[in-house]
Order: sequence, then structure tokens, then C-alpha cells
Amino acid sequence: MSNEFHIVVCGSIVPDPLQTLEPVQGAKGPELKNEMMLPAVLDPWAGHALYEAAELAKQNPGSKVWLVSLGPKAKLQQVMMNIAQKVPFELVCADGSASGFTDSFEVARILSGAIEGIQGLDKSKLLVFGGWQSASRGSGAVMQMVGEMLGITEQFQGVDKLAPGADGSLEVLERIEGGAYQTSVCSGAPAVLGWATGELPEPPNNPQVGMQNMRLVMPALQQAKPADLSGSSLSFASVELPKQRRETRVVKDMALDDMAKEIADWLQE
Amino acid sequence: MSDIPQVERQEMEADIVCVGFGPATGGFLTTLSRALMNEDGTPLAESRVMPGMPPQVICYERADDIGFGVSGVVTKGRAIRESFPDLDLSMIPMAHEVTEEKVAYLLDPVGASRKCGAVKVAEMAIKPFARDHAFELPYIPPFLQKHEGMVMSIGQFNQWVGSQAMGTGLVQIWPGTPVAEPLLEGNAVKGVRLADQGVNKQGQPEAGYMPGMDMKAALTVVGDGPVGSVGQHLDREMGLPEGNHQREYAVGMKMVVQLPEGCELKPGTVLHTIGYPEPEIFGFLYVYPDMSASLGIFVPSWFDNPVRTAYRYMQHWMMHPYLWKHLEGGTLRSWGAKSLQESGMQGEPFLVGDGFARIGEGSGTTNVLTGSGVDEAWASGVQLAEGVIELMKQGKPFTRENLEQAYVSRRRNSWVQEEAKQAAKARDGFTLGFIPGMMGMALSGLTKGFLNMPGKSKKPWERIPRIEDYFKGVVSEQELIKLRKECQAKGASLHDALMDRAGWPEIPHDGQLLVSHQDALLMGGKVVANPGYADHVTFADPYACQVCAEQVCTDICSGQAITVNPEGGAPLFDREKCVHCGACLWNCSKPHPDDDERTNVQFRAGSGGLHSAEN
Repeated sequence: MSNEFHIVVCGSIVPDPLQTLEPVQGAKGPELKNEMMLPAVLDPWAGHALYEAAELAKQNPGSKVWLVSLGPKAKLQQVMMNIAQKVPFELVCADGSASGFTDSFEVARILSGAIEGIQGLDKSKLLVFGGWQSASRGSGAVMQMVGEMLGITEQFQGVDKLAPGADGSLEVLERIEGGAYQTSVCSGAPAVLGWATGELPEPPNNPQVGMQNMRLVMPALQQAKPADLSGSSLSFASVELPKQRRETRVVKDMALDDMAKEIADWLQE
Repeated sequence: MSDIPQVERQEMEADIVCVGFGPATGGFLTTLSRALMNEDGTPLAESRVMPGMPPQVICYERADDIGFGVSGVVTKGRAIRESFPDLDLSMIPMAHEVTEEKVAYLLDPVGASRKCGAVKVAEMAIKPFARDHAFELPYIPPFLQKHEGMVMSIGQFNQWVGSQAMGTGLVQIWPGTPVAEPLLEGNAVKGVRLADQGVNKQGQPEAGYMPGMDMKAALTVVGDGPVGSVGQHLDREMGLPEGNHQREYAVGMKMVVQLPEGCELKPGTVLHTIGYPEPEIFGFLYVYPDMSASLGIFVPSWFDNPVRTAYRYMQHWMMHPYLWKHLEGGTLRSWGAKSLQESGMQGEPFLVGDGFARIGEGSGTTNVLTGSGVDEAWASGVQLAEGVIELMKQGKPFTRENLEQAYVSRRRNSWVQEEAKQAAKARDGFTLGFIPGMMGMALSGLTKGFLNMPGKSKKPWERIPRIEDYFKGVVSEQELIKLRKECQAKGASLHDALMDRAGWPEIPHDGQLLVSHQDALLMGGKVVANPGYADHVTFADPYACQVCAEQVCTDICSGQAITVNPEGGAPLFDREKCVHCGACLWNCSKPHPDDDERTNVQFRAGSGGLHSAEN
């Protein structure tokens, strides 16, 4: 017997982490310098959740995947061109800032509202997926709040594995402190799962999947409504990135012991 | 029994498939997307593959983002402005009107440049008029002027154009999708084949093997630039029109720099330089609105130095007093490289055939005389789109004859062609040396191509001298043997060692603007290659590489992705570092075993190589 799930993945974009990021004071609070000009990628944490969702849907016929995203739609459009080639999903888009400086509560409010508005969503089959944390928003609080706002009490964070049972129950492997895992079982959907890295690699591009997805992605982007994030009571005293300086050498003929010694010496400096 | 997994190759159909998203395809999609739906809501023509729908148009781009771009650009922007008559440059990040133009000749403050006697004499003559070891030309010839034009980042421009085109909902642009080759039936193109995934570096299927999909289309638009795999494949299959060749290239290496506090340069400033660090190397600096600047150098094919890493030359160029006074204290924001096809009309391939049309740089639009290419590429895309719209309205198929009449005739009757003709022989003088080259450029430019300096073009591998000959009198053959041995043991190219030996000072790395080549790669350009694709740089005859004394590919490689093999043998290739500039393709001193018009390096479709979108 197979289960049918309605899987909603919450995930947005972040500036490509390989780019140079610098916090600056903008008109509406802190922001990253030139953020809108930098290449963006799907938040890697959300990516894990999306790929797990797609695999779960594939294994359980009748299931469906939505990607709910709060982000500037012009940048979302570019990222979706790439992501839409990887797994089948339907995009639900709220047009607004994806900055890590927006309040988690406000983000959760927009996301849960967007989920509530999905036509044909059956809450009895609902699994809300997302990143345990985010590359730009490290509080790890959004998914919990989304769950609370949707009235879902079964919540798991730091998930690496989900195994549905034949009776509809869910066995979940969660990361806990000290590098250990905790296995839990809940009776079934609805549930919220904040994914860690999961177990699946990034799928290769599949242009046929892309063709199917893009027919829905483009209208979704065009219909995206502006997200109101103005209710935040959050204020920032100051923001800065860790100071760092790269000193890279390419070494090809060094013994491992010498390499280890050099790193140890450097750490002791 | 074979271990190769049996996976069926998928096949789909579109009406038009485009390869490569750059300015040419931008012009094509912008013009086409505006016309696909009539004002009354009916489609311009019915899709052949989706009846009842407007034509299905898909564009594939190799890089991971449509904002892929590696050029700061100054352009008159005539064609771009025609497409956007109400263009507000403030809508495009990093774009600005040209406000000031200067061309400067840079003297050598270091004393290490290899300049011939005539150049040295000329420098003596202008030295009394020089400030900061530079002499600003009092007059810029009209053909070089960019007044009323714009400076911009091609990455940002591409992002902006792509968003506009996709925003219509009528065209799709898919990044992260390398196209392997055209689907050919005789000389007719029936679509494209995407690159295989789930293969090892040699291209052999592994776990997760997925053969590249065949995307069939009535029209294939080839806008994949000078080193694109589809354009190259067509050139190999069909040859070039009689008398044409693609022997003239340049490597452009660029940075975007956040200018230091108090920098006096104004947004829209355009500086061009000649003369330093070597006479053959051109430099540019364009200032953007937010007090950042795009700057870099071009190392041309006629620079006959067998060791020629553009990166270190660029650093010496930046540190020239004329530029350093503006740059000192600045910060590297992004970095990238690209090779330019500079043969222009002389390198023009067959522009159309049954089922295909070529646009942009790969079709020979770059004008080396005016130092312009983006606007010409855009114009060629617009001209093709106008032709395609005409043919669709008339219900005519995309045959060679129809495309000749609808597209090529437009191009032939346009300013692009007129100026390309003037530029056709402008570079020939450089085959004789720097001074004849400069005289030839001036002659061609001032007489609009009526008079030209003669010169005979050589194939790349015919031009590149032995290292021993080039450094004669500077480095003895015995010392060279010793240096070569030391460098090979380290897996390093000879370039730095020989530059040090020739008197070039060490670069004082400051960690923010003057950084190591590898740091520039890390800090300034994302070049991660997706797993599961084959290596896109290979050597046709590895034995020829093994016995090659120059291994120019290792010196020229913009990302240090091709390195000397410490074990001997053919150079090593690390695609995680490849920026896909294609410099290796023509900077090789050995001919291809099957075709001596090509070199021993083979460059095909590959994943990755995305530069910062700021470039």
C-alpha cells in the first residue's frame, strides 16, 4: 500500500555563497551590498528538502510537491530556470525580500499564509518541508513557526531520513546534539520536517521535467503578489561578516604529514 | 555483456531552439518575444509542435545563471537603444552613460617590457610630455570614439535582458544546460543534442547515466560565441566560406574593482591604454555608477610570446602609476576571462543553412577596428528575429534560401556589415609587428577601410616561436633547461619564472586587490563544475603534448586549470577551475592531427565556468 502526500516545501534563494558578501545599512535596515546584482542560488538547505520531497512523491504515487517561496520574483525566475529542470513541482511565489535580515516571524507568517491559499491542498495529507536552517537566515526558527501557524504539532528538526510506514505512520531520523541521531515515529501527516542534509544528491538536469515545470512556473511568477513584511518589530544594533583573509596556495607534491603539521602550526599561531 | 547502462535518449520538439544566451541571443529573443503574439491575442503563427499555441522558443545556456558574463563593456549601443527607445540606464545595474574618454600610451616604469628599437625611440620622443609615465592622446579618432554610448557590465545586462524576455512568458531560457552538438542530417540542422550527464571525465557512462536529450526544432539559432560547441561543430562539418579563417583571437582578462575612497574618477569614465606591460597588450578601465570599475587587458593572438599568462600581465598593468593612483586601496569584487574572436568578417562562417542561423560573435560580428562587439552581436540577433518573424508571417520554412533572403540580406544591408567591411583588413599590419599594426589600424580607420596595411595571417601554431628564440639574449638555453626542470617538478608553468628572470618585479599581494591567481579564482569567479559531465578540454594527440616544449596552454590558461604534468606527458586539466574562456583552443603551438587550421587542443561543451554576474 502506498501513501499519498501533499508535500509543501518552503524554500527561497540566497546569494551565491562563493560571492563576496558585505553587510551595509540600507534604507530599510541592514542588507547585503549589491545583493540584487549577485548571482543567486536555491538555499542549499531548502534544496535538500526539495529533493527529498520529490523522491518521496515519486515513491508514493498520487503525491504532489509544491515549492512555496518568498523572494524577489526577478531573481526567483532566474533560479527557477535551473531548479525546475531537476524535479517536478508546482511553484507558489510571494514577491518580497529573501534577505536574511527579515524577521523570521514575518517570513513564517507569509509562508503559512501562502500555504493556506494553495488550491486543492489536503491538510490531512500535508507534510511541510523546509531547511532546518538557511544559508542566509540561521535562526532555525521559521519552520517551527510555520508549523505553529498552520496548527501542525508534529514537528521534527534536523531531519536526515523519513520513512513512511504502510499504515501511514512516519519514522523520522533527527540529528541531535553530540553527532547522535534520534528516531521518532508519529502516526502520520500532517507534520513539519526541517531537513538537515538528507541523503540525496542534487539531481541532474532533466530537460523534460523542466519543460513540464516551466509551464506552471512562469504564470506563478507573473501572478506573485507582493509580500507585506512591514510588521516587524525587529531592530538591528549592528551587523558585520566575520573578518577573514584567504591565503591560498596550490600544493601538489606535499606529504600528508607535512600538510597536517603546517595546519597544526598555523592553528597554534 | 556491456556494463554501459541502457538508457533511452529522450527526444522533444520545440519550434525554435537557441544555443547560448549572450547579447546576440538577447537581441533575438527580445525582438521575437514582442512579436509572437498579435495585438488581438492571436499567435503570430501556430506552433508546429503545440498546435493552437504560439511558437515554442527555448534557449539553452551552459553557465549556471543567465547573468553569466565576463566583460565590462563600452558600447555606442546603437542597436540596443533601437530595441529599447526609452532606455533608462539606471534600470540596469552598473550601467552608465559615457561621460569622458581617454586613450593613453603607457611608458614602461619597470624597464622589463620587450620593446623594439623603434618603439623605444618613439617613447623617448614622448617622454617629456608624459605624466605618471603615460601620455594621453590629444585626439581620439572618430572610429574609436564612444561618445553618447554606455558602459555596462555584460553580466548585469544579460540578467536584465533575460528577465525582460522571460517576463513575456513567451520564451524560456534555461541555464545550466550545456549543448553538445547540432543534430545534422547532411548539411541541414534538425536541432541540438544536450550534453550527456552521469559520465566520467572521459565521457564514459557511470551510475546515474542520462544521455543528453535531443531537442528537435525547425530552426536552430546558434549564438554560442567564439568557442561554442555547436558553432565549432558546424565549422568543422561545413568548413568556412572560401578564403575565410578564424586565426585572430585575444584573451580578455577582467576584474570588477571597488574603487577606493576619494578616487577622483567619475562614473562613465572610459580609459583605454596601449604600450604596457608589453606593447601588444591593450588595457581598459570603465567606471560604473557605484564607484566600481571594470578593468582589464587584452592579450592578442599576434603577441608572439610563448609564455603569456594574462593574469600577471594584468597585475603589472594595474600597478602602472597612471592607473595605480586611482586603484590603490581598492578591492577586488569579481574576476573573469574570455577569449574574443577578432577575425571579424574574415572569420565569418556560413551564416545560415537549412534549419539554422548563426548570430553574434561566433558569426563574426566583433569589430576589431572600433573595439566593439556587444552592440553588433545584439544587432545580428535583432536582424535574425526580424527575418524569422517575416518568414513566420509568410508561413515559409527555415530553409537556407529563405534565411538568406530574410536574415542575411538584412545583415548585409546594415551598418554592422558596412563597418565590418571597413575593419576587415585593419588588423593585418599586426602580423608584421606592433608599429605596422598601429599604423594599419589608423590607416584603415581614417580611410574607412579604403587603404590598409598589408599582412599575411598565420595559423596560431605557425606564429608561436620557440621559448629559446623568444628569450634569446635574456635567458640562456642552459638556464632555460634548468628552469623548465624546476617548474615541471612543481607542476608550474614557466611563465612566472621567466617573467621574474626578465626583470618583472614580484607582485606585492595585499589580499584585497593584488591577490594570487588562485585567490582571484576563489574570490572573484564561481567556476564550480557540476559533477557527472565529461572534461570539456582534451588534447587531440597527447603524444604531441608530451614532446611539446612550449606547452603554451599551461601558460595562457586563465584559471590555471591546465597545468604542467609533473610526471611528464600531456598537461593535466582540472575542470573545477576552468572559466571556459577558450584561450587554450587557439594558444597552442601544435597543429591538430586532422586539420592544421586547428590546434591540438579540443574544447567542447561543458558544465560550470560561471563568472560573477558583476563582470
